[in-house]
Amino acid sequence: MSKRERLSGNEAVAIALRQINPDVFPAFPITPSTEIPQYFASYVANGQVDTEFIPVESEHSSMSAAIGASAAGARALTATSSCGLAFMWEELYIAASNRLPLALALVNRALSGPININCDHSDSMGARDAGWIQIYAENNQEAYDNMVQAYRIAEHKDVRLPIMICQDGFITSHAVENIELLDDADVKKFVGEYEPETYLLNPECPAAVGPYSITDYYFEAKRNQAEGMRHVPQVVLDVAKEFAAISGREYGLFEEYRMDGAERAVIIIGSAAGTTKDAIDALREKGEKVGMIKIRLYRPFPADEIADALKNVKAVAIMDRAESYTNHGGPLGADVMAALFRARSEALAVNYVYGLGGRDVRVTDMENVYAELQKIIDDGDAGETYRFMGIRE
Amino acid sequence: MATDISKLGVKAKWQDLTEGMVVAGAGTSKEFLTGEWTSVKPEIDWEKCKQCLLCAPACPDSCIPVADKKRLEFDYDHCKGCGICVKACPFGAITMEGVK
Repeated sequence: MSKRERLSGNEAVAIALRQINPDVFPAFPITPSTEIPQYFASYVANGQVDTEFIPVESEHSSMSAAIGASAAGARALTATSSCGLAFMWEELYIAASNRLPLALALVNRALSGPININCDHSDSMGARDAGWIQIYAENNQEAYDNMVQAYRIAEHKDVRLPIMICQDGFITSHAVENIELLDDADVKKFVGEYEPETYLLNPECPAAVGPYSITDYYFEAKRNQAEGMRHVPQVVLDVAKEFAAISGREYGLFEEYRMDGAERAVIIIGSAAGTTKDAIDALREKGEKVGMIKIRLYRPFPADEIADALKNVKAVAIMDRAESYTNHGGPLGADVMAALFRARSEALAVNYVYGLGGRDVRVTDMENVYAELQKIIDDGDAGETYRFMGIRE
Repeated sequence: MATDISKLGVKAKWQDLTEGMVVAGAGTSKEFLTGEWTSVKPEIDWEKCKQCLLCAPACPDSCIPVADKKRLEFDYDHCKGCGICVKACPFGAITMEGVK
């Protein structure tokens, strides 16, 4: 039996972790992710989990300890935000290249500077090339559901890669919503036991993890790593199907919202998708053909599937909650435009940077984006493709 | 995921590498032919060798095997060609290109 609750995104993720009962959780606090290890520490103190909880001295150490635990054969994870993720940079690549299926509960927050504690995606977008799987949530329910599915994806024998489960700082991490929790026993059964093939604490087969690779091997090692990534989309879909069977909630690589017959589309990641849905509902009432694609799996990027979902669209606005300082847009813009180009799409595409440092996104902001897309269709010209939404100028 | 060390030569394809480059199993360094790394090797002139055995402990890669109180031929499968043995020999019995 599932249970209705009202929870913040952080508490929802912490409850998912209690239900998963991982082996090792090294943690160092940073706003707005601090509550995840904080709630979890109470589960440890109450004897509700068997987890070895390690309070460490920095994020460099929390990720290092999680890597060590994972290499030893444990199901490990940590949580962080913003500069905490930046301080893990070196280890992120090591976790991925060592093919360690550990998890990171990431609560998205702007990177300094100027110093700011509120939501944008600059932290995880900066880590998009580290070799981690990245999955994003729109709301608290998705943050919980994604965490429950995380290890099934990461530990799959065809994948064996670390996974980042992302949600928007404060907007979902601290806002309380009604959500539906699964039974502890159902989660335990769904996630299952972690059974690594090779691990350091196996006395039957000693192993070396992370050996030096000279020029003769490094390139082949990276290609070998890319093969794991290639298997991720299918595994994500398979795990989602099994998850739907126990939860009734369906997930894909991305969500298509009212894309039937849509001529104008927004592509977006995270909580602002909810705001966009309200704008779409209002515009559809007026007979406007608008829709949205909300990215769930961002790394690896489902380029072909997204291009296919956009094949009948005349104009697209790609929304980036992160700056890339390329002078032509953000990371999602680059990925989607590359996908459209490869698919020989004739859609007119523009890229908006929005919501940096927690800048609010209102329904009227998104209605304006759809109005701009209509203008682009009428003009037959995308105009300036690198735009800013909600900036004072 | 057992490690097939025999495939880990410098011509190994990416498909032959282990996941995460993990090396499973103990004592595998013997099977890993580090002797591939060099193009020059030390050579011994047995007529000059007095079997003093000063060379054997000087080798950082244990590539001078000793049996019955006598040193044997170099283990060229693992000798990286550092040339330290040339310097260790008081009788000039060991020579190597580039080392005086």
